[in-house]
Amino acid sequence: MKLEGKKAIWKDYQKEIADDKYFYVRSCVRQNFFPGSETAFLKILRDELKKDVYEHPCHTTCTGIGYHGDVVPFDTAMTVVARQFALMTESGYENLVPSCITSFGLYTEILETWHHFPETENKIREYLKKATGREFKIPKNLAHASDVIFKFRKEIAAKAKHKLINKNTGESLKVVEHIGCHYSKMFPSKGVGGAEYPYVLTGMIEEWGGEIIDYPERRHCCGFGFRQYLVQANRGYSIACSKKKFDSMEPYKPDMIITNCPGCPMFLDRWQYTIKEMEGKTYGQNGEGIPVFTYEEVAGLVLGYDPWDLGLQMHQTDCEPVLDKMGVGYDKSKKRELIINNE
Amino acid sequence: MVDFGFSINKDRQIDFDNADRRIIEYVAKEESTIAICLICGACTATCSAGNFTDFNIRKITNMIRVGEIENLKEEIKKCMLCGKCQLVCPRGVNTRNIILKINEAIKIFHE
Repeated sequence: MKLEGKKAIWKDYQKEIADDKYFYVRSCVRQNFFPGSETAFLKILRDELKKDVYEHPCHTTCTGIGYHGDVVPFDTAMTVVARQFALMTESGYENLVPSCITSFGLYTEILETWHHFPETENKIREYLKKATGREFKIPKNLAHASDVIFKFRKEIAAKAKHKLINKNTGESLKVVEHIGCHYSKMFPSKGVGGAEYPYVLTGMIEEWGGEIIDYPERRHCCGFGFRQYLVQANRGYSIACSKKKFDSMEPYKPDMIITNCPGCPMFLDRWQYTIKEMEGKTYGQNGEGIPVFTYEEVAGLVLGYDPWDLGLQMHQTDCEPVLDKMGVGYDKSKKRELIINNE
Repeated sequence: MVDFGFSINKDRQIDFDNADRRIIEYVAKEESTIAICLICGACTATCSAGNFTDFNIRKITNMIRVGEIENLKEEIKKCMLCGKCQLVCPRGVNTRNIILKINEAIKIFHE
């Protein structure tokens, strides 16, 4: 294929991402799983990139977990999401940036539903008006928070204090990127690179000096999947999904895993500990696990933030091997103090 | 080892790179009619042993093709070698001989 042809096709796999004035909506689970990530996102956008980001104190869950767990009906989910849109409209913003992949997927699903069935949108407008007296405008632009970091990846690289490069060998770190299923598997045109070639994390990693690992189970689900995790007896299915990915990536000796979803880092991180306890198997080098990061944490490390300010002490699989390779300085005793204080 | 109240489910994916195809290769060499089997299941529908046990000749021929040979020896023991399956086969596959050849292959490769 000629290069011009490739470029023309690749254009179809891009999405529009607003460049300022974001209405940021947090995830309901991320603040427990990886508490420093959302703070790091806001700090990067506000302090480093000088962008206008607003978050509303009355924002609630989008009900995505309940919706995908079959306990929240779609009409209820749509009305709750309509309320989030109303908060955005009242605050004078038009560009919605959800932190969570499932929220992003649910917002996309609802907007697509309303696009094809305007009568449903009218019905939900009535529900919201009756329930809360609020009205809303459809967001002008909907981009996941990882899309925004992807958009500014070059600006972040320009300010980089550390790169994804092993300072001892000078080689790029080998990185596994894992995209949340609800990012582009449901609506491929809504994600950078679509469902076939999701580029949102790959773009960041390449820009920041890392090397992508293309392993057989790269696009397999992490195992969260809501229902198979929520019931304890079903968790064997959840952990089997993660194990399948680890078994597949292990021969490529990855240095780290980067994800853009609330559930994926949680499960890829915690299940490594569980597999070790259940079967005595570890997947990293020297008997350690493979450190798992969110893209905000990696962006923060690249920008030279303190690892413990980014919340890396909350990871089950120790992140120190990657910090050592990147040359990021950290205070070992401070980590212990932070963990004890949290307990 | 810690008990978390669940176990890690076994992967059911068939990996053709690691599949044990020695039995199917032996049977195909010794009883070439297996190659024209439609996997229609007429043999299983008429099987006397299948009426009284969970013996399923269609399933067995399918499983050896993908190297799934766990409990194969116990499974083929249920066959009474009556040959009714061979009479109803629309393609003239010598199903009775396939069972005998599977038995031979198990003795050669797994005993």
